Amino acid sequence: MKTLYDKLWEEHHVTRLDSGESLLYIDRHYLHEVTSPQAFEGLTKKNLKPWRLDANIATPDHNVPTTRGSDFRSEQIEDEISKIQVVELDKNCNKFGIKQFDIQSTNQGIVHVIGPELGYTLPGMTIVCGDSHTSTHGALGCLAMGIGTSEVEHVLATQCLKVSKLKNMNVRFEGEVGEHVSSKDIVLYLIRQIGTAGGTGYAIEFSGSYISSISVEGRMTICNMAIEAGAKVGLIAPDEKTIDYVKSNSFLDKDIFNKAEEYWKTLKSDDDAKFDKEIIIDVSKIKPQVTWGTSPEMVMNYDEPIPTVFDTNDDNKKNVELARDYMGIENESKLSDLTFDKVFIGSCTNSRIEDLRQAAEIVKGKTVASNISEAIVVPGSGLVKEQAENEGLDKIFTDAGFVWRDPGCSMCLGMNPDQLKPYERCASTSNRNFEGRQGYLGRTHLMSPIMAAYTAINGTVGDPS
Amino acid sequence: MKSNSEGLIIDGIAAFIDRDNIDTDQIIPTEYLKSIKKFGFEDYLFDGWRYKDDGKLGITKEERDIDESFILNKKPFNESKILLARDNFGCGSSREHAVWALRDFGIKAVIASSFGDIFYNNSFKNGVLPIKLAKSEIEFLFNQTQKKVLELTINLQNKVISYGDKNIPFHVEKHLIDRIIYGLDDVDITLQEKDKIFDFEKIRIQERPWIFK
Ligand code: SF4
Repeated sequence: MKTLYDKLWEEHHVTRLDSGESLLYIDRHYLHEVTSPQAFEGLTKKNLKPWRLDANIATPDHNVPTTRGSDFRSEQIEDEISKIQVVELDKNCNKFGIKQFDIQSTNQGIVHVIGPELGYTLPGMTIVCGDSHTSTHGALGCLAMGIGTSEVEHVLATQCLKVSKLKNMNVRFEGEVGEHVSSKDIVLYLIRQIGTAGGTGYAIEFSGSYISSISVEGRMTICNMAIEAGAKVGLIAPDEKTIDYVKSNSFLDKDIFNKAEEYWKTLKSDDDAKFDKEIIIDVSKIKPQVTWGTSPEMVMNYDEPIPTVFDTNDDNKKNVELARDYMGIENESKLSDLTFDKVFIGSCTNSRIEDLRQAAEIVKGKTVASNISEAIVVPGSGLVKEQAENEGLDKIFTDAGFVWRDPGCSMCLGMNPDQLKPYERCASTSNRNFEGRQGYLGRTHLMSPIMAAYTAINGTVGDPS
Repeated sequence: MKSNSEGLIIDGIAAFIDRDNIDTDQIIPTEYLKSIKKFGFEDYLFDGWRYKDDGKLGITKEERDIDESFILNKKPFNESKILLARDNFGCGSSREHAVWALRDFGIKAVIASSFGDIFYNNSFKNGVLPIKLAKSEIEFLFNQTQKKVLELTINLQNKVISYGDKNIPFHVEKHLIDRIIYGLDDVDITLQEKDKIFDFEKIRIQERPWIFK
């Protein structure tokens, strides 16, 4: 009768408050430099300490420069204000005794990349972070969600989150995908179908034969973008692949691991579980997806005509007009008519080793097109970087004319030096194409690592095969 | 917001932005998230639309190239306490800075047909009331903005928006609106349940020891 979300909810339910809300116990809390300073300040003002220190793991990612090399210290960040924020995280972690993978650590990286790979994200956990892409961790069978800064303070102080239960949605992806179609295309396609508010108020469980067939990394890409479909929570029941993944990254003793494994195997929705909404998607017909506008739902097959106000219904005309205008789409009728200036392969959506392998496959032996002024690859973490270098992927990229960077959020958002200049058009593997997201007046087209790599080589989007 | 014997009232001019999916990157761009403070974001609200140039944290409104055509730069909307928008307002990032920017500008209520979940939650913690109305009611209000300056009175206790002699009721959960009316602090409320949390944790350490490594 119960869904996986229901089970995780009950497992962590501490008490119901007079208000009707519930207190959920939080197993893991990730912190980064942007949404935590005001929370630590609040804690200090109230004269409180973190409830349970070992629940917290911190790392700086949003502000860090990606051309820093080794031995770089927080104090060396050039942008004064970015520096203050990163230094503040150092100070707060020292002051409160929170474990941090700081800017010098080889384990530093985007918080949603390092959590799972360092073994801190485990199936069945409740996980929060002051970051909406915390949904990523749901790929391992966790109840994971993004929270605001007031809630960061609340979790630090009480180890609980005060929440109301979400509704349940099941999205079943069935079938086999075509060549050069990845989990990024699948999740973009879903957003196209249900819209960016389609999942609002729901926890979405992703299931079906397609989900079983892909790696844990591919699943993370899908759960990562659940928030772009409006859902705070995206989750996938753990299976053998999940357990193998967790095992390979685990720091737990064997006995404890085995005990945990027994429990993890029970984590799935019952066969007769009741979902408030169910969607079935046949993935076999899905082509590579590319966004054309300023919302992730403005997405289409790479070879479809770009929507115009004439073929849009009245409700949407205004949105289409504004988006076309911002994106500098005038007479071009197809995405492949647009010339790109930059390529960004990275972000918590697509900066894991599998993503880099897929991109490298396309790039191998080729050269970046002359209209591309900069193509950068930013591994999601120090470990991903090391692994990629061991496999020689960095060489493939740099030989082709890409720049190989140090881990961080980089060009996913305009907080660090990696930014678009006004009107530059970027092929990006990140998750948001909002106005100005990658830099003031920058134009973002979201796509998979395969398509971004192809765009770097070809200068425009097209058929990667 | 003024308090009277009838309860809490938000009244004033409503500014309007006729768009769906106004995301938190539009409400406040990433540059300003570098602040480590919780206040002082008023000049950066809708930065990309309010100014014709690219801003930096610390640069004031006076030093910027203001886009006079943007509604919040026009009188009398520069003093609006209420903001009207379309669907999915506040989608995107979890940044509470978006709510802080609205609050610091003086916005006490946002009216839209739906909101991003995290934004919705963040609002109540900072004294900003998000009000969900049916699309037809939103349409009605937008139509009125074409005729004259929209002045609304929002009664928090009765949960009604009044416009002239028209009353539009809205729904919001009691525990959420109470947070605005009484300025409740969640940490204080939760810590009253301290013992229950401790007990829960003790059992959890026994049953799921791997969480505590
Ligand atoms: S990579 Fe982008 S989306 Fe992910 S945490 Fe960093 S800024 Fe946020």
